Amino acid sequence: MSGTGVVKLKIDGVEVTANEGETILSAAKRAGIKIPALCYLDGLSSYGGCRLCIVEVKGSPRLFPACTTPVSNGMEVTTDSPKLRKYRKMTIELLLSEKPHICAICIANGNCELQDLAREFGVDHLRVEREWKSQKIDLSHSFLVLDNNRCILCTRCLRVCDEIEGVHALDIKMRGKDSQIIIDIDDDWGSSISCTSCRKCARVCPVGAIYVRDEPISRTKNKDIAQFILLRRRR
Amino acid sequence: MKPDDILRVAEREAEKQRAYKSRINVCCSSGCLPFGALQVLKAFESAIKEYGLEGECKVSRTGCIGTCSVGPVALIEPGGFLYQNITPENAKEIVKRHIISGEPVKELLYANEAFFKKQYRLVLRNAGRIDPLRIEEYIMVGGYSALIKCLTKMTPKEVIDEVIASGLRGRGGAGFPTGQKWNFVAREKATPKYVIANLDEGDPGVFANRTLAEADPHAIIEGMTIAAYAVGAEKGYIYVRAEYPLAVQTLREALKQAKSMNLVGENILETQFNFDIELRMGAGAFVAGEETGILASIEGRRATPRPRPPYPATSGLWGKPTLIQNVETLANVPLIILNGGNWFAKIGTPKCTGTKCFSLTGKVNNPGLIEVPMGITLREIVFEIGGGVPAGRKFKAVLVGGPSGGCLPESALDLPIDYESLTKAGAIMGSGGIVVIDDESCMVDTAWFFTDFCVDESCGKCVPCRVGLLKMRNILERIMRGEGRLEDLDLLQELGEYVRDVSLCGLGQTAPNPILTTLRYFRDEYIAHIVDKKCPAGKCFRLEAEI
Amino acid sequence: MSSEDRRLQMLERIMREHGYDKSALLEILHMAHELYGYFDKNLLNYISSRLNLPPSHVYGVASFYNLFKFRRPGEHVISACMGTACYVKGVEEIVSAIEREFNIKRGGSSPDGRISLFITRCIGACAMAPNITIDGEVIGRATKEAVLERIRKVLGGGVVEAR
Repeated sequence: MSGTGVVKLKIDGVEVTANEGETILSAAKRAGIKIPALCYLDGLSSYGGCRLCIVEVKGSPRLFPACTTPVSNGMEVTTDSPKLRKYRKMTIELLLSEKPHICAICIANGNCELQDLAREFGVDHLRVEREWKSQKIDLSHSFLVLDNNRCILCTRCLRVCDEIEGVHALDIKMRGKDSQIIIDIDDDWGSSISCTSCRKCARVCPVGAIYVRDEPISRTKNKDIAQFILLRRRR
Repeated sequence: MKPDDILRVAEREAEKQRAYKSRINVCCSSGCLPFGALQVLKAFESAIKEYGLEGECKVSRTGCIGTCSVGPVALIEPGGFLYQNITPENAKEIVKRHIISGEPVKELLYANEAFFKKQYRLVLRNAGRIDPLRIEEYIMVGGYSALIKCLTKMTPKEVIDEVIASGLRGRGGAGFPTGQKWNFVAREKATPKYVIANLDEGDPGVFANRTLAEADPHAIIEGMTIAAYAVGAEKGYIYVRAEYPLAVQTLREALKQAKSMNLVGENILETQFNFDIELRMGAGAFVAGEETGILASIEGRRATPRPRPPYPATSGLWGKPTLIQNVETLANVPLIILNGGNWFAKIGTPKCTGTKCFSLTGKVNNPGLIEVPMGITLREIVFEIGGGVPAGRKFKAVLVGGPSGGCLPESALDLPIDYESLTKAGAIMGSGGIVVIDDESCMVDTAWFFTDFCVDESCGKCVPCRVGLLKMRNILERIMRGEGRLEDLDLLQELGEYVRDVSLCGLGQTAPNPILTTLRYFRDEYIAHIVDKKCPAGKCFRLEAEI
Repeated sequence: MSSEDRRLQMLERIMREHGYDKSALLEILHMAHELYGYFDKNLLNYISSRLNLPPSHVYGVASFYNLFKFRRPGEHVISACMGTACYVKGVEEIVSAIEREFNIKRGGSSPDGRISLFITRCIGACAMAPNITIDGEVIGRATKEAVLERIRKVLGGGVVEAR
């Protein structure tokens, strides 16, 4: 998608120059404007699922995900407005209500992107009913753990496994509310044939769904790993 | 084959048909089949044989005539006599009295003229009139002459201009101008280009596309091939729901015939134009009918939609320019080419030209498949064509546009059917479902049913649709259990607007419609559940009562 | 040759016809499902190895689509259409009645494995709603009594009619 042309657009009133084909998110980032996002990660393909990076584009009644929408000349983007804040807050509330998230017993407590966003958006209670039903925890691997109770289905793990590690050991089974991360043919992680135990999935997980047992989460997590490997590849 | 050869096929077939004095068209569509249509067909055939009338009367299996609630049905020509509720026994009677003695069997005739009076059959022009499994009959009634006209007399640009002039808009739901879409694909440089005919009619209560495919598959194939010529595509896919086995079978056979006559494939009609069509089956996923969902499914992946842009016109199947059209849209195309865009533009309303097929079901006297000009009112459809609700019951609402349509009350019945009016009222055209609801149904329960459908069909990719809808459904369930709170209504409204505005694809964006419209038009029923703990229709709270 | 080998041979032929094309996965899953009636892990693993696709991808695709079953269905299959027209015309009551009478839950099989009850998406016979399909035969304008009676007959008959 890399074009050769250069386009000019305005993001939150600031004039920004961007490459043709570049996304709004990337152009905003270079201009020092932060747009919240959970499923997006530098170095991985864009997914467009979490809907946190939605922005307004002048002239359209629709909202656009900044991580997948390409810039165009003369575009005027608003990344923050009462409506956007309201919607983003709702997204965070819904994610917190989807699974039995309990920060106090979560390994990612204090190191969690969802928790950070909840704080940033002032989520101090949930208006929708919470889900308390426990989900499967896969403890079969010698050091990697998958705890579905904490998964927000951002798919960073399966994208890093497929695109960076080149394995595709992970995928999603079922659909909708029943969606769940799986390993191979829904096997126990410990018996997986394809997993290389590279732990990149744990490094990029924004919450505490995939982690390395007995390792401080701050040491496991590394958001830059995908981009780091991608840029230094000799191909 | 050359164009002239096709014309000769038409002549030969016409000559053959002229030899028959009469013709019995037995509907063998999915609506009539479960009720013994094949036995009726056999009974007609053996009666004709028994009386030695094989040379005079042709018994033919055809597609749907539209009166699906009184099947099996048969249409006898000349005269257009429609018989209903036929059994193998009275089939013989009909042959004896109608065909031999020339006296129609009055007591078996479909007497409801109102059902057909306001209909305008363009897309369904051949439905119930030709044998869908015989390409010769389609050619005889002018089929494939539009393709011949395109290939021999028109440039691709002229074809697109004609479609633009017709004002035709996509019949899959959103109503995007068809000609404009063709232009987008035509101007792309990348090759190969693809055309997809969307027959993933997953909306519950809708069977218009299936009927079309079962009754007139070649109209879809011809429209698709013309579209491919116009945009420069060389490969096409017809994506059919697997739940429609007869449509799959019919299309497969029709494709085989079209290929054998060189109307699909390489060097079509000995021109330079190549276009091959393959059939692909869905596997039970409503979201696969969404534009980008269908792409993923044809590529053999989970049918999860992706954000647009890029649009399929620039980056579709395997990243190549792709035209995706609903089969009903495509079936209009041959008529536009033959009669001209201006002719088509005169039908319907200025902004919304042509006709629309609707499946009319629910609590209505004459359910079935209908085709009406755009601009007709809902009242005409429900009370004239549909004959109103059954005696003793009261009309309450009409659901337009499938599971993510809106429930409209009596006061909205004078709305003209067009994309804009429906959207303004909170409904959508969708793929053309009209379900009539009477006072026996509870609107909270109805909203729950559609929301539950969308919860099940959500692909799970984006948060609003996966979680937001689920929470909305759960709130409805609480209200239906008698545990609702008045604040729930505000929360439902807020969640509804959020899911509508933030969801990734059309499914999520329209899924809150049933709740939002029932909140708007039938709020009193919600309040009755919450405040009085009563269901006005007597539907809810029943579970507790039974225990 | 055992039926197991024959099915495998058919599946192999279909894959060959598609040139072991990864994008034909859904078509191949259709065929495999038709041959075996449901998917188990071995079958999906086999398809994954023949098409050179990641196992998790094959499982992810197969489990996405509703039509595919992951458990062996019962001897007799009842499916209730949950299309709008059928719902409005009261199919829910019929389904509940079947559940109660035969000790079965929608989506599952009876304890003895003799019948399964499935909910299907709209089968398109809306004008004849509500519709219940028993072993492939559609009962239109179904009533609770007629459906229960038919199921009892199918179960009581012992011998399954050859079709």
